[in-house]
Amino acid sequence: MATEPAPLKKIADAAGDPLVTDVEPLVRFDKVVKRYGDHVVLDELDFTVRRGEHVTLIGPSGSGKTTILRLLMTLEKVSDGVIWVDGSPLSHVRRPDGSLKPAGEKELRASRKKIGMVFQQFNLFPNMKVLQNITEAPVNVLGMEREEAEARARELLDLVGLSGKVDAHPSQLSGGQQQRVAIARALAMRPEILLLDEVTSALDPELVAGVLDLLGDIARSTDITMLCVTHEMNFARDVSEKVLMFDAGRVVESGSPEKIFTDPEHERTREFLNAVL
Amino acid sequence: MSDFFSTLLDELPQVGAGLWVTIQATVLGSLLALLLSFALGLAAGSRLLLVRGVSRTVVEFFRGTSLYIQLFWLYYAMPQLTGYELTPLLCGVVAFGLNYGAYGSEIVRGAVNSVPRAQYEAAVALNMTPFHRMRRVILPQAWVQMIPSFTNLLIQLLKCTPLLWLISAADFMTTVEHIRSLTGETLTAYLLLLAVYFVLAYALTLLMNVLERSAKRRLGLHTGARSLLKTRTADAVTTAGGAR
Repeated sequence: MATEPAPLKKIADAAGDPLVTDVEPLVRFDKVVKRYGDHVVLDELDFTVRRGEHVTLIGPSGSGKTTILRLLMTLEKVSDGVIWVDGSPLSHVRRPDGSLKPAGEKELRASRKKIGMVFQQFNLFPNMKVLQNITEAPVNVLGMEREEAEARARELLDLVGLSGKVDAHPSQLSGGQQQRVAIARALAMRPEILLLDEVTSALDPELVAGVLDLLGDIARSTDITMLCVTHEMNFARDVSEKVLMFDAGRVVESGSPEKIFTDPEHERTREFLNAVL
Repeated sequence: MSDFFSTLLDELPQVGAGLWVTIQATVLGSLLALLLSFALGLAAGSRLLLVRGVSRTVVEFFRGTSLYIQLFWLYYAMPQLTGYELTPLLCGVVAFGLNYGAYGSEIVRGAVNSVPRAQYEAAVALNMTPFHRMRRVILPQAWVQMIPSFTNLLIQLLKCTPLLWLISAADFMTTVEHIRSLTGETLTAYLLLLAVYFVLAYALTLLMNVLERSAKRRLGLHTGARSLLKTRTADAVTTAGGAR
């Protein structure tokens, strides 16, 4: 899809987004609305993520954080507004007259190429062993040679500390191990944007630190842009450059972790942090 | 009694041929039914209203009309309408396939729907095509859930094959019935029928248990040796949905 900077710039100006910089952001939410029936989950949401940035989304349950990731992964449809990724509309296509209409499956698949996601419940495929969970999509979606995909999968399993589990079934692994495989599986698709949806919430407490350390390593050693929904405030502090505080489908406050955690401007942020820290 | 068995021995080639017809009707009928189960069951989940509608109509029609009458239609009415005449065995295979395919499609639809949505979402996140998602992720998991219900249908189909008698298909039932009428040994004849159909049905159950075991093992689920001999079917099977 062709990038047309001019109309984008106009939209950005019209939105009056204070986060807009001179560099075109990798992800831009432009007045995004998500409704389920009468219930408004996201209310004209505007925010941007720069390339390579690690952003943590915090806020009370039901504030719409996970919905943002699910919209980006095209698991849900936007009710209104547009999500821009790398200058192209994520879930819309341009009509000849320049207006936008909802994308079909083919266009959605083109959009998904850049994005990977790790889920709270891991969602490994139980009908495939660990190695195949990781190679399945590179071989069948990216068209990679099987040998190459397997070599890469073994590297990734090494990275996540599970090189001994190549032939295990997901059901034979602990939660923490399954989540590591899920991370390797997402990385195998070489995403530009990695979405992490409460990836430690389903883990036993003693397994959380290992997974967070791994994600911290990935954040530091790659240029993958990360959007992370978490209740682990330490992780938000250590890994992300930007924290967005959500409440009732809107960004209440955004800033560096130091700013948000030590000197929040909004009463709502203070209340939330007092409750979780 | 001895009269019955001596006649049975005399008629053994016909009885053997009859058994072979019964087995053919069961195997070919269930293969056609399996094919239709998947075609109709997957069509029922289509995004296109037309495809869903056609599937629904076919399923309701063949499920809602009697198997007897379908057999009679194929054997007696179709030749008058079209001029084509199917052999009795082929009539049986087509009728069993259509009728049980209609029931089987509901099993496929239910099993596909029972695979956790999270599995679908994980496949979307890996950018798989809808076809790839279905073939590599959803169906292998749904398959395990289908097997017990398919076993039930398979045995029911086997037990319906004596209906072939009605269209003179020389199946096992027909040949034994013939010997009964020759000898007048009603009790023995019907006892033999009960026993043989039971043995055939139990053999099918064991075969399907092997299939279920291997399907479960592919999902990394535990299967004990005793699961091979169990006769219970169509119970709820738990698969590692979110794999926790």
